[in-house]
Amino acid sequence: MNLKNLLPLQPACSSRPGGMVLAAVAVIIGLGTGCTTVEPWQRRTLSDATMRGDRDPAGLLLAEHMWFSREAAAGGRGVGGGGCGCN
Amino acid sequence: MNMSPLEISLPRRQFLRTSAVGMALMATTPLGWAAGLQPGDTLPDLKSLQLEGTVPDLSGKVVHLDFWASWCVPCRQSFPVLENLHKTYGSKGYVLIGVSMDERQPDMDRFLKKNPVSFATVRDAHEKLASKVRPPGMPTSYFFGPEGRLDSVHPKYEGEATRKKYVEIIERLLKTVKA
Repeated sequence: MNLKNLLPLQPACSSRPGGMVLAAVAVIIGLGTGCTTVEPWQRRTLSDATMRGDRDPAGLLLAEHMWFSREAAAGGRGVGGGGCGCN
Repeated sequence: MNMSPLEISLPRRQFLRTSAVGMALMATTPLGWAAGLQPGDTLPDLKSLQLEGTVPDLSGKVVHLDFWASWCVPCRQSFPVLENLHKTYGSKGYVLIGVSMDERQPDMDRFLKKNPVSFATVRDAHEKLASKVRPPGMPTSYFFGPEGRLDSVHPKYEGEATRKKYVEIIERLLKTVKA
């Protein structure tokens, strides 16, 4: 049996150029439209108290203690203003 | 296995061309997002932007647009300072307009009831003004000279430092107002 007969004559992509282009277009459209920007004036929900990482001081203390004891990690939580982007 | 150069180069060329167009589109989109009002630009015609509330007469005056929202804590802190500026310079050719970016009018009304002010406040309900000006954060103040050109932009509110900056800008611009 001649092995040459079992191999395709051309690579799959060159025999169906349309599929490759379509895939590229799909990826580009996906990348281009998959993200959106929440404008600074639209951050009402993000500025809600429930979005704050430090809304429960007791819970925060407990978590800090746990991270410190287990992972020797502490600090780095000094971000203020919740998610509203104010100041 | 013999392949002509065309068989390989055609899809590759198409792929590269499509990718290049896509990348160019993606590269230009953030530029569009970032664009906003820059110093030297003209004050948009506020009366054509469907703002809720009364826009005072701005001709030949130093105009201060302050973008705020009821949910923004620094905006709340800035209100007594803004009120003071309005009382001090209002009769000298300075107009302050607070532009509320609240989605719901009751939120703005409730805020103004708690923090009453005597300067003009309008609500950009359709986000038309904000889309033109594109404030980078809340609050942001825009100062326009008497010619209607944007002089300076002041994002954030940082207490006394911001108040001093506002006073400096207003006094400098008021010197250019024709009596």
